[in-house]
Amino acid sequence: MSKDKFTILKSTAVPLPVENIDTDQIIPARFLKATTREGFGDNLFRDWRYSSGDEPIAGFVLNNPAYSGKILVGGKNFGCGSSREHAAWAIYDYGFRVVVSSFFADIFKNNALNNAVLPVVVSDKFLQSLLAAIQKNSKTEVTVDLINQQISVDGKSEKFEINAYKKECLINGYDDIDYLLNLNKEVREFDLTH
Amino acid sequence: MENKLTIVVSEKKPKTIFEKIWDAHVVKRAEGYPDALFIDRHYIHEVTSPQAFDGLRKRGIKVFNVNRTTATADHNVPTKDQHLPIKEALSRHQVETLRKNCKEFGVELYDLGHPFQGIVHIIGPELGLTQPGMTMVCGDSHTSTHGAFGSVAFGIGTSEVEQVLATQCILQYKPKTMKIEINGKLGKGVVSKDIILYIISKISASGATGFFVEYAGDAIRNLSMEARMTICNMSIEMGARGGLIAPDETTFNYMKGRKFAPQGEAFDKAVEIWKQLPSDEGAVYDTILKYDAADIAPMITYGTNPGMGMKVTDRIPNVEELKEINEQVSFKKSLDYMGLEPGSALLGKAVDYVFIGSCTNARIEDLRLVASIVKGKKKAPNVEVWVIPGSKQVEAQALKEGLNKVFEEAGFELRGPGCSACLGMNEDKVPPGKYCISTSNRNFEGRQGPKSRTFLASPLSAAVAAITGKVTDVREFI
Repeated sequence: MSKDKFTILKSTAVPLPVENIDTDQIIPARFLKATTREGFGDNLFRDWRYSSGDEPIAGFVLNNPAYSGKILVGGKNFGCGSSREHAAWAIYDYGFRVVVSSFFADIFKNNALNNAVLPVVVSDKFLQSLLAAIQKNSKTEVTVDLINQQISVDGKSEKFEINAYKKECLINGYDDIDYLLNLNKEVREFDLTH
Repeated sequence: MENKLTIVVSEKKPKTIFEKIWDAHVVKRAEGYPDALFIDRHYIHEVTSPQAFDGLRKRGIKVFNVNRTTATADHNVPTKDQHLPIKEALSRHQVETLRKNCKEFGVELYDLGHPFQGIVHIIGPELGLTQPGMTMVCGDSHTSTHGAFGSVAFGIGTSEVEQVLATQCILQYKPKTMKIEINGKLGKGVVSKDIILYIISKISASGATGFFVEYAGDAIRNLSMEARMTICNMSIEMGARGGLIAPDETTFNYMKGRKFAPQGEAFDKAVEIWKQLPSDEGAVYDTILKYDAADIAPMITYGTNPGMGMKVTDRIPNVEELKEINEQVSFKKSLDYMGLEPGSALLGKAVDYVFIGSCTNARIEDLRLVASIVKGKKKAPNVEVWVIPGSKQVEAQALKEGLNKVFEEAGFELRGPGCSACLGMNEDKVPPGKYCISTSNRNFEGRQGPKSRTFLASPLSAAVAAITGKVTDVREFI
């Protein structure tokens, strides 16, 4: 299935400087009952965003009208815990295309990449300066350049790592199944011998 | 299905068990690309599979080999009145969708009411579907459980479930290797759950991210299969891609006679292959950690990630003890949520609920352990106690051994199998603000229900808390 293509993104960003944001926070289990991939954005960070009476919680950044944009900036170990891909779907469905953190949990990183959401790993130092910049001025634009693997804000830039294969997939909108289906003959042999 | 795994032993370079299994399953390795890894066994459940089946339909393709995928319903199922239709409409729809998909694509389903139904990570091993040397995946992070048999097992997302259904392969980068050795004798009242909570408290909830862990050392070797599964189960809670334990006689004895394990001569042949799996002398790991079993005590978590754990007799750290300011902010947020003070002790803290269950600790051995503590005693009046067997087979065995009587007399509620209050997705939830001592694997905010507060602990510690109504040092009780 072809996904969105990603090359360069210029956007304002939303700061969420909490460490160890687990996928139960991103999308609580009680909202995993859908059988499609759409609509999860409404419940993104549900229990941080809304009270038990479904009232928006004023202090939470997604309820702060000053902040918007396609880039979410989170603390260390973003996406830990449950493997639910619904977390990546919720982030995408809400409108984010990039998540920036100094450290991502493995499964979340894979899930994000499989859903046209780019996880950008930056140094702790860059993360702090990025957070400071957007917290100082919510209109600050952040540039994420996938081709050159570079993230920039306020004249400061940092290179980020992404493996060549996943980069190619994101740029062209390919997914893993397209690649694996081409191996059908080899896999048939494995199936008989394993 | 016969296991025809061949392990290449002729190579000169010594290999870890992980490398042996991984390398034997690489269908294609290309420069700059992740490995295309063949998957021997695929488990699916109702929550993370519907969108994957939809993907197959959209592409117009079938399941690659239906004999390699097994389904069950566990996350959404009620644990009471399982013979009746599921009350909650969305949960019912999800389970019905699984039924429809399994029928349409020809996948074996152990549905509600089936004698093999249960939590996916409990039924795979007890049916002998999980075997040493296999690669195994499931759209569930606790798939690491199956590593206890010396297999490479890890959790995946739904796009990857679709990959495996469509191609029997998954594209993955080979993780780094970590060995965690525990040597020495475990103290009184210390069980395998305490070992893993201890390790996670030492290295944090992200300490093994990017690694595949091998647990070794005599303290691990001396554990039963059930206890080994508890340890491997929580590998993901320190960020590990998976965790495994080399197979040995304990493994082979457990496997023998299981329904889908090789039988007769085929079993003996399989054992010969499995014996080649343990890491070679001189195999190199990217990281090695060593701990002394004698340093491990009954453990409990106080925060909102499994790395925030301590010995049950310890005090919660003070904010100043944390070096980094970001860490301090997250730590304070966590304790606020838990309604706990930095520097305070948990011993004696009253609990409202006791949950004994989940893929971490709902095997027959766990239920026996709990029964051994509570036999002839009654629960404290302030607590509600739920015992949720991991599968229909565990439930049947518990009834056969009369454990239900022990629980009943103690005032515990023994229900039907499922994920239950581990994840607040079905009817079993801990109410807002209430404290639950739980044998499950996650203490995240809201994990057991909105605003619920979780203390993770062993089945022994949970059982004792059920009797006293408060956080208790099990060593004073036995």
